[in-house]
Amino acid sequence: MGTETVHALREVSLEIQKGEYVAIMGPSGSGKSTLMNLLGCLDTPSGGSYELNGIRVSQMNDNQLAEIRNREIGFIFQTFNLLPRSDALRNVELPLIYAGVSPAQRRKTALETLASVGLADRVHHKPNELSGGQRQRVAVARALVNRPSILLADEPTGNLDSKTGTEIMGLFENLSNNGNTIIVVTHEEAIARQSRRIIRIRDGLIASDERIR
Amino acid sequence: MNLLTELREGLSISWSAIRANKLRSALTTLGIVIGIVTVTLMGTAISGLNSSFMTSVSSIGADVLFVDRRSWFTKSAQEWIQGQKRPIITLAIAEGLARQLTLASAVAPVADTEADVNYQKRRASSVSIVGTTENYITTMGLTVAAGRFLSAGECNGGRPVCVLGSVAATNLFLEASPLGQKILIDQHPFEVVGVLEKLGGFAGDGGLDSQIMIPIPQYTKNLERNPNYEIQVKVSHLEQIEDAADELRLVMRRLRQLPPGKPDDFAINQQDQFLELFHQLAGTIGMVGIFITGLSLFVGGIGIMNIMFVSVAERTREIGVRKAIGAKRRTILLQFLIEAASICLLGGLIALAIAWPATLLLNKIMPAALSPTIVGIALLVSLVTGVVSGFLPAWRAARMNPVDALRNE
Repeated sequence: MGTETVHALREVSLEIQKGEYVAIMGPSGSGKSTLMNLLGCLDTPSGGSYELNGIRVSQMNDNQLAEIRNREIGFIFQTFNLLPRSDALRNVELPLIYAGVSPAQRRKTALETLASVGLADRVHHKPNELSGGQRQRVAVARALVNRPSILLADEPTGNLDSKTGTEIMGLFENLSNNGNTIIVVTHEEAIARQSRRIIRIRDGLIASDERIR
Repeated sequence: MNLLTELREGLSISWSAIRANKLRSALTTLGIVIGIVTVTLMGTAISGLNSSFMTSVSSIGADVLFVDRRSWFTKSAQEWIQGQKRPIITLAIAEGLARQLTLASAVAPVADTEADVNYQKRRASSVSIVGTTENYITTMGLTVAAGRFLSAGECNGGRPVCVLGSVAATNLFLEASPLGQKILIDQHPFEVVGVLEKLGGFAGDGGLDSQIMIPIPQYTKNLERNPNYEIQVKVSHLEQIEDAADELRLVMRRLRQLPPGKPDDFAINQQDQFLELFHQLAGTIGMVGIFITGLSLFVGGIGIMNIMFVSVAERTREIGVRKAIGAKRRTILLQFLIEAASICLLGGLIALAIAWPATLLLNKIMPAALSPTIVGIALLVSLVTGVVSGFLPAWRAARMNPVDALRNE
């Protein structure tokens, strides 16, 4: 009987610069999800610290974290995680709503962002009226709309066929070239190869950290 | 994000959630509808009972103050003797009261004595003869069955006319119509101009049905030269009876020219036992009503809480996404509170739409009306029910950990 505390990550020391395009790789159970949750301010570490843009995030409470996530992090999920009853425009507007942007301004910004991912003609479609690739584009637009410091993508092509997957990775490439900081969590070597730095996690430790390209 | 935006967003989210689960929302709303219909009907029934109580209470004179030389409830022989020594209450005082009181709707001086009454060969002895004015019908809440009551002109010194109580009329005239007939009161001829509706009950049997009313000038001329009057003061609003009694006392002291510090040489009597009884009864009925209503609303509220727990559980992932994107606890809490409150408010509106025709039907049996107050209370109660029963599920949603919520399938 009794509980055993499992440390998903140990002695992980990591620095990511503005504008980097990083892939985090590792088999399941390696701790990469935990690392992603910490980087995305969804969770706080039980020990150690995390600074985002020079702000110490590791000591923040729920509401402060929510604010940081809203301003600094753009999430892209494997399963898209769009709100099913809301159309593309409204899904993209959501972070702006939580940021307190006025209705007119947020509509304008959301439309621009949707156009920038090539969905100008799909703004009033609901998620179930869009293809997988289009859904992920909506999700990317939603992640981008608040101009976050980090785009955090968790297996972004995991639910897409290889053609649309390639499309999405092309989108990432463009975003990176435009100066966005991107962190992609994946277990696919081919996806990771498209980034510029690969960090491999194994058993809660950083196994390797190499710059490519 | 300010509160107004949050409320607006919460409303639009909850509206789409309600529409997405039409059957479920309808069934949940039904519980609240039944609860609120009960509240509303109970409310109208109680206020209907109240007003019918008020009418019957006012018919026995609870809204009438009686100015007498002494109190109806003397506690000792000494007090009684003292009362007898006080100056009598004159017609001049009644006139003064009628002029000066602001909270009174009618003032009637009343003198009474007993006399023998004859009609042709028929004779009634020791009949209660009341000398009064045209206002007596108002202060006593009487209705005329045939003919009319004494007129103002007659009460300022006109012809010898009289109005009969219903029992007095049957005693003298049996089945025949007394109108226009001449009777002799203490051997003085009086023409019958009206007969009162039978009162029955203790008020009627207590004497009102068997008395004969004549104008004061005829009373002082033929029966009692200088009587001690009782002045009946009907207040405009029963709720103001305490204020009216205070005012009456002040005016009386002024009319009697009593210096400060000197005790009253008159008494203001009122039927406050009846009032007390009325308040007790109304209170009890109200309590029982609230309890029953509360019970059915409680059941409806449990239904809301249950469905909100389901709604939170099946939208765990959505909550996770919203939190990941930047929704704070308060935002999520409000979202679900507004959803619960909207369902209840919707139920309240439907309930009112049902209760309105129901009240019209009820009105055929007893006085009932859907007052704006009841409408307001019904809507408020439904809103509060929603917020109270939605709080626990909403709180659970607000406190969810985004990592766990996102992992939920």
